[in-house]
Amino acid sequence: MTARKRRMILVFGILAGVSVAGALALTAFRQNVTFFFDPSQVAAGQVLAGERFRLGGMVTKGSVQRAPGSLEVHFVVTDFKHDIPVTYTGVLPDLFREGQGVIAHGRMQGSTFVADEVLAKHDEKYMPPAVARSLKQRPAATTGSAGM
Amino acid sequence: MLPELGHFALILALLLAGLQAFFGIAGPATGRERWCAVVVPAVAGQFVMIGTAVACLIASFIANDFSVTYIAENSNSALPLFYRITAMWGAHEGSLLLWIFLLSCWTVAVAISASRLPPRFAARVLGVLGLVSFGFLLFTLATSNPFLRLEPPAADGRDLNPILQDPALAIHPPILYTGYVGFAVAFAFACAAMLEGHLDQMWARWTRPWTTAAWAFLTIGISLGSWWAYYELGWGGYWFWDPVENASFMPWLVGTALIHSLAVTEKRGLFRSWTLLLAILAFSLSLLGTFLVRSGVLVSVHSFAADPTRGIFILAFLIIMIGGALTLYAWRAPLLKSSAGFDLGARESFLLFNNILLVIAAATVFGGTLAPLISDSLKLGTLSVGAPYFNPTFMLSMLPLLALLSVGIHASWKRGRLSDKRRVLLLTLVAAGIAAVILVYVVYSHAKVLSPVGAALGIWIILSSLIEPIDRLRRRIALPRGMLGMTLAHIGLGIFVISLTTVESFTVERDAALARGERAVVGNYEFRFDGVRNIEGPNYGGVEGTIVVTRHGKPTSTLYPQKRQYWVQRSVTTEAAIEMHHGSNLFVALGEQLGAGKWSIRFQVRPLVNFIWLGALIMAIGGAVAASDRRYRALAEAASVRAAPAPADATPAAPAGEAAR
Repeated sequence: MTARKRRMILVFGILAGVSVAGALALTAFRQNVTFFFDPSQVAAGQVLAGERFRLGGMVTKGSVQRAPGSLEVHFVVTDFKHDIPVTYTGVLPDLFREGQGVIAHGRMQGSTFVADEVLAKHDEKYMPPAVARSLKQRPAATTGSAGM
Repeated sequence: MLPELGHFALILALLLAGLQAFFGIAGPATGRERWCAVVVPAVAGQFVMIGTAVACLIASFIANDFSVTYIAENSNSALPLFYRITAMWGAHEGSLLLWIFLLSCWTVAVAISASRLPPRFAARVLGVLGLVSFGFLLFTLATSNPFLRLEPPAADGRDLNPILQDPALAIHPPILYTGYVGFAVAFAFACAAMLEGHLDQMWARWTRPWTTAAWAFLTIGISLGSWWAYYELGWGGYWFWDPVENASFMPWLVGTALIHSLAVTEKRGLFRSWTLLLAILAFSLSLLGTFLVRSGVLVSVHSFAADPTRGIFILAFLIIMIGGALTLYAWRAPLLKSSAGFDLGARESFLLFNNILLVIAAATVFGGTLAPLISDSLKLGTLSVGAPYFNPTFMLSMLPLLALLSVGIHASWKRGRLSDKRRVLLLTLVAAGIAAVILVYVVYSHAKVLSPVGAALGIWIILSSLIEPIDRLRRRIALPRGMLGMTLAHIGLGIFVISLTTVESFTVERDAALARGERAVVGNYEFRFDGVRNIEGPNYGGVEGTIVVTRHGKPTSTLYPQKRQYWVQRSVTTEAAIEMHHGSNLFVALGEQLGAGKWSIRFQVRPLVNFIWLGALIMAIGGAVAASDRRYRALAEAASVRAAPAPADATPAAPAGEAAR
């Protein structure tokens, strides 16, 4: 084998490896991306049936309910135009509070969003940008708007 | 008074950085020796000014001067002294000042050792560092001045964000930034070489210790952050593929590629332009990291500030620095091409694959991190990319990397022969396979598909790294620091891989609702909840739960998870209780009161999770040991005697096992 031939093999090997990696990464990407929707988009039917997505908005004041002693909690996420009821079983994050921004991961089951993960942001001044933007039509509501 | 003094010192530092940049770059270009002579005094003066600014800010924090906006927003008179000091980098403005201060420290270190470099080259390196410093000082003064006064002064401060009131997070930013900023040195060396139009093996020898040291700091910084996230955020995870975590991880991946590619450039004079490109990339990703964290464009658990003007400034700075460096690269890199060849099975090939795989890994992380941003700005919808994407794509490039590592460290330079190591290598592979099967199926008794593979690869790396040092010890040949460092770092990686595998495969977790006296069984452990009591700290109140843990009926330990309410910001934090037992971490985080006397509690049993950070720490120690190798200093001294770059003489074909790091 000449040096030139060996180098060609090396180059083609690398190219093949890189393209395989790229193709696999793209596939993984397409299958594993979750989209963000606000309650209005959900109400407008933009979510595919059974699709896993992130629901973001404000936790409606007075909507958090749970059976005493149960891990299962019910609350309503709103963008002040539409409301989506959410159920979640597990430990809620520290900053989960009524009247604060929240992002939940999960799926729609009927008209209820069943969350498997609930995120609230760490800084009280901080509002997830996606939530802040979808709430912009009602400026009075963005009490926790971002910025120092 | 102090804040004004600090502000003034910063302005002077900006001017000195400008001088340093101008004379450092223009002096050598026009061949004016006297211009070059200005550079080192400018570095010293800048260091004094920035040091003064930092001291003024810290002193104002200690004195509780709430007439300063930044202090009023990030401190409080009830805050303990230690956190009043670390609050200096608790938010955006101060952490930028810290960034600049650390850059100045690195620059001074380079200037001290620069007496061993050719003067023109040294001036260029310091000039480029001055340019970086100038940009950041301008940014700080224009958009993020920490010394601005508040009118009227606040009666008391709004307190440091409670989740930052923690020892690990107090020291996390300085160490992480030391790593980030350290890549500026590699970047400056690369730019200086391109300006010079000359790059040889001496250049690689000068650049290597700086790059390795920066890499070691970055390693420790990232692991500290991950450790903090594990015990403080209350979720019990150690890595979330969060944009800000990724932002620090991408420079690490490229930096790892860089220290390996520098090895080839030093030993064989190859991969020259590739090394330059990696040096530019590593620093660009550090800058991008700063941009991602500080502009607030990404939804992140860490994004504290969101201010578009800052983001735009950093973006412009990023484009000027990186664009400038890449233009220089396009112009000058063809001059620096290397021509020697090597066999397919030679060590150069293995290091080439190492580089390709690490860069692919960095690229997949980059894509996943920026995709939400791009999709958002192109109005394609708001999306998020998480572990389901990152885990498989990352593993895809890491598995071959780990497999090739064990073989690659025994390949000889230039020629594709494994010499006499082939049998020992095969033996270690078999041993690793058996050990992995025992670990996975006997100790933990159930497994996913990849568990034995991951465990075997990790064990193989450790065994195979030990072959050469043991061989040398037996034959009583000295073990140079470079090689010792490489061995340590690879063993650290092996430990990291093994523990990552066991944690990912065998973690048991459960959220439970428990009343006083009730029990939850998680894995082999039984947790009994003995109720909560009220507690009070210096600036917070809260409750503390008591959890008694037993294993097979025998008492193991008692855990006290806390839920704290900080008075000033009224925010709640979870202080998880963590204890190691038989190598597994028992993790208990108190949730909330559910009514009916019950509390929600999160339990996790994570086997070997502490060894993830231990592995990373060993990697960093290996880096530090390698960077301290005597040959860097000795050769630098020899070079100064010759007062000119050494000719690119052919290094004698190094024996297998010569330091690759």
